[in-house]
Amino acid sequence: MTDAATLPAGRARPVPGSAGALPARAVSWLRRRLFASWRDGLLSLGVIAVLGAIAWAIVPWALFDATWHGASRADCTGSGACWAFVSAKASQFVYGFYPPAERWRPDIAFALLVAGLVWLMVPRIPAKAYAGFFMMIVLPVATFLLLHGGFAGLTVVPSDQWGGLLLTLILAVSGITFSLPFGVLFALGRRSRMPLVRWFCIGFIEFCRGVPFLTVLFMAIVMLPFFLPSGTKPDPLALAVVGIIFYEAAYMAEVVRGGLQALPKGQYEAAMAIGFGYWRTMLHIILPQAVRKVVPGVVNTTISLLKNTTLVMVVGLFDLLNIVSAGVSDPLWAGSQAEGYFIVGLVFWLMSFGLSCYSRAIEARFARAERT
Amino acid sequence: MDNPLIRLAGVNKWYSQFHVLRDIDLAVKPGERIVVCGPSGSGKSTMIRCINGLEAYEQGTITVAGERVAQDDDNIEKIRQRVGMVFQNFNLFPHLSILDNLTLGPIKLKRMPRAAAEARAMELLERVHIGQQALKFPNQLSGGQQQRVAIARALAMEPDVMLFDEPTSALDPEMVKEVLDVMIALAGTGMTMICVTHEMGFARAVADRVVFMADGSIAEIGAPDAFFSAPRTERARQFIQQVIH
Repeated sequence: MTDAATLPAGRARPVPGSAGALPARAVSWLRRRLFASWRDGLLSLGVIAVLGAIAWAIVPWALFDATWHGASRADCTGSGACWAFVSAKASQFVYGFYPPAERWRPDIAFALLVAGLVWLMVPRIPAKAYAGFFMMIVLPVATFLLLHGGFAGLTVVPSDQWGGLLLTLILAVSGITFSLPFGVLFALGRRSRMPLVRWFCIGFIEFCRGVPFLTVLFMAIVMLPFFLPSGTKPDPLALAVVGIIFYEAAYMAEVVRGGLQALPKGQYEAAMAIGFGYWRTMLHIILPQAVRKVVPGVVNTTISLLKNTTLVMVVGLFDLLNIVSAGVSDPLWAGSQAEGYFIVGLVFWLMSFGLSCYSRAIEARFARAERT
Repeated sequence: MDNPLIRLAGVNKWYSQFHVLRDIDLAVKPGERIVVCGPSGSGKSTMIRCINGLEAYEQGTITVAGERVAQDDDNIEKIRQRVGMVFQNFNLFPHLSILDNLTLGPIKLKRMPRAAAEARAMELLERVHIGQQALKFPNQLSGGQQQRVAIARALAMEPDVMLFDEPTSALDPEMVKEVLDVMIALAGTGMTMICVTHEMGFARAVADRVVFMADGSIAEIGAPDAFFSAPRTERARQFIQQVIH
């Protein structure tokens, strides 16, 4: 370790253990962070023992003793996981019942989504406003046309054949993209000076927050046909997408409202004094600040939205969870519940964790920009 | 007085039962500098906040360049663009850089091209001695610097009149002078100014008239020298003694 006295004048005193060879630093870190006193040491050992036991139970099952390939459950003779089930059904888990010959269409849609996300998330790529336009207008329209077909020689693939991860992503991305803008509108409406607008927004928000999502979906699929001309059936996918967007928008509205109320009155007054009207004040001054304040809440709602997409199974849609459930009940693969649900959990966890990481990056960027 | 830029005639305002403004009559000529003073709660801030429609008033009329100020009228935003306002707490937009604080209004409301707006903003920032800080954010500046930016931001809209609502009250004592110097320099350019302030040195240096308010009405109006050396009302005498110590 470098002697502090030999450092050039004016440099901060180094944190103990921050210099020197890596092993020495590691030992020093362990001693300071994990074993500073006998109580710390005992706690650390306890936690390590619990983590070790969990890993001991899962890792051999998931990796060392697992069977990776096979044509049915009978091929899984080892004591570990039967990943053969997942690899055999993988394409169904991803595309649902989308006709295999047409699967290049969802592939293009996936690529468009990834391109849009990269554009939106990588700070160095410019023109974020166009990225927003791409995500909100171009992507949904292009994805629908591509997947549905019926023009330029593309065969029609009705939405009841879409499924798996494809369907989960359609629901989640459309929900995430549109629930925030609608939530902002409901939040503003709830604070409007116009009583009818305010009452409508309060009523809508309280209704959505008060009724389980499952009930809303179920009632919509059962009751809507009574109000529609006889013979027409509502498209379950359209119903689910609209349901998710507005249901989650109600939650977003309350999150955004918290941010609006946290802003000092002086911000509104300064904007008005310059001559900004209501919409410009909101767009340029109030909302940018309000939304920054509530990034953690928005992401929280977004993650719960992501997981709520699994409820669409009640209207007969085969999202990732439902299609895995269906796969599990295949007689050839009977008994593969653990593997199936493990994978579903892992995929949802990865998506949620990705959202968390992105939210932390956004918060850090905002904090840097404002240097508060 | 012919052709006043700002005219308040018989203005009355209530906060439910509380009568905050009583029969306010005041006319301000173009280029005139008015200092409004008085004990706290006398309605000074409320009065100037009525001039750009941040507060509504129940009776009387207020006109700016002949146009009636009413909170719910469609032209209120146009009037506000011509009336600059500086607040006690600066109220800069913390999510925008200093430069963007100045250019947002001209770009969005006056459709000024960004390059022109930025050039003009830099000019103004130089004028308030803050050109070096253009790319910083409000929270990185001291209170005095923020208030000077707020003045520049109001000037960026090229207003006909500037309202100051206790611009130095929230500042640490050592920063008061830098803000007052900017205001004195601004007065030298012929800008019409209405300043609510307790800075009597500033009043003596630049004010054409001092308006003394008490209990919601204008108790006394006079030239600063006459007002400070020989106030006509007992209330004003007491007040002057308190602020001068």
